[in-house]
Amino acid sequence: MKAIAAIILSAMLTDNFVLSKFMGICPFLGVSKKLDSASGMGIAVTFVMICATIVTYPIHYFILVPNGLAYLDTVVFILVIALFVQLVETALKKLVPPLYKSLGVYLPLITTNCAVLGVTVLNIDNNYTFVQSIVNALFAGLGFMLVLVIFSGVRRKMEYADIPETFKGVPATLIAASIVSISFMGFSGLFS
Amino acid sequence: MADKKNPLLNEITKGIIKENPTLIMLLGMCPTLAVTTQAANGIGMGLATTFVLLGSNIVISALRKVIPDKVRIPAFIVIIASFVTLIGFLLEGFMPSLYESLGIYLTLITVNCIIFGRAEMFASKNGVLASACDAIGMGIGFTLALFLMGSIREIIGAGQWMGMNIPVLHDNPMLIFIMPAGGFFTLGVIIAMVNKLANRKPPLEIECGSCDNCPMSGKCEKKEAEV
Repeated sequence: MKAIAAIILSAMLTDNFVLSKFMGICPFLGVSKKLDSASGMGIAVTFVMICATIVTYPIHYFILVPNGLAYLDTVVFILVIALFVQLVETALKKLVPPLYKSLGVYLPLITTNCAVLGVTVLNIDNNYTFVQSIVNALFAGLGFMLVLVIFSGVRRKMEYADIPETFKGVPATLIAASIVSISFMGFSGLFS
Repeated sequence: MADKKNPLLNEITKGIIKENPTLIMLLGMCPTLAVTTQAANGIGMGLATTFVLLGSNIVISALRKVIPDKVRIPAFIVIIASFVTLIGFLLEGFMPSLYESLGIYLTLITVNCIIFGRAEMFASKNGVLASACDAIGMGIGFTLALFLMGSIREIIGAGQWMGMNIPVLHDNPMLIFIMPAGGFFTLGVIIAMVNKLANRKPPLEIECGSCDNCPMSGKCEKKEAEV
């Protein structure tokens, strides 16, 4: 139980995927302009992270390891994720059109999102159990969403700021991200 | 586009400055921020990425007529991931300390937008030799950007540079620069400087490397959705 609590806190706050592991920077900077697209992307990433973990964990432990093929992890995982994203997209389109309408646009972008591959590989690297892996994926995704939502608020304020010409656009966004990251440093040492 | 006198040389040099993948095209931000706490790590990551880029560009351009258009994305992914596995083995065997410090980011070269973008934009349309030159140019550009980032962060944040101690800063390092926050800050300032020097406006948005380069642009309706 204690281990699970530690995983939750570290995945969401202290070792946040975006702000301290630098995974998923592209969507963080690209999709964080509006609140609804930020939360949509967050939900889509969380969903794919959990599903990818559920699929890749058994593949690693029941297929690759017994056959001594653990070194194929990267190749297999990324293929599974790509396949899976495609599958989810098709399924949502057919079965739940309203959900597809709100999430569908983000799905193709997720295949090349390093956070998803990152979470599946980290689960294996850290020797998590199946339950721990799913908890890690869920809260890593929620942490990602949290940062995206917070940052969309920051960026809305920034639209009214008078920024020097040279820094307008991406440089100013990165520096704002740096300040948000400092605020998340306050969580370090929350548990040890 | 290509210089008539020496098109191959042009492919190499364009990646270093004019189309620098990190500082101008803003691709591959994750490794740029993550591994640049030391200049040496920056070079290691840059060279590892160059190796993968070179290998995948050569193989993809050689197979560009064989791979059916519909399954090209999974095919590219498998080729790239194979080279990543290969460089992982090489580093683990010959440079274990670098392997340790790059950690998971070595695996994540697979999803680096630079490699995927070059495969889609260049290697799938050009010959083997041109693609190899393109890969070398882009790789050098990426390595230089990482080296620059790493140097600044290591000098200010740790008071060291490539194993040397920097006189005043070594006693009073500004630790924040080797922390994640410093990474975002340094990159922001460098991008602003580079664009100022190149006399152009910094890009307003990161569209996962702008929608024109994006391999998913056919399927992605993000553009319409944002309007």
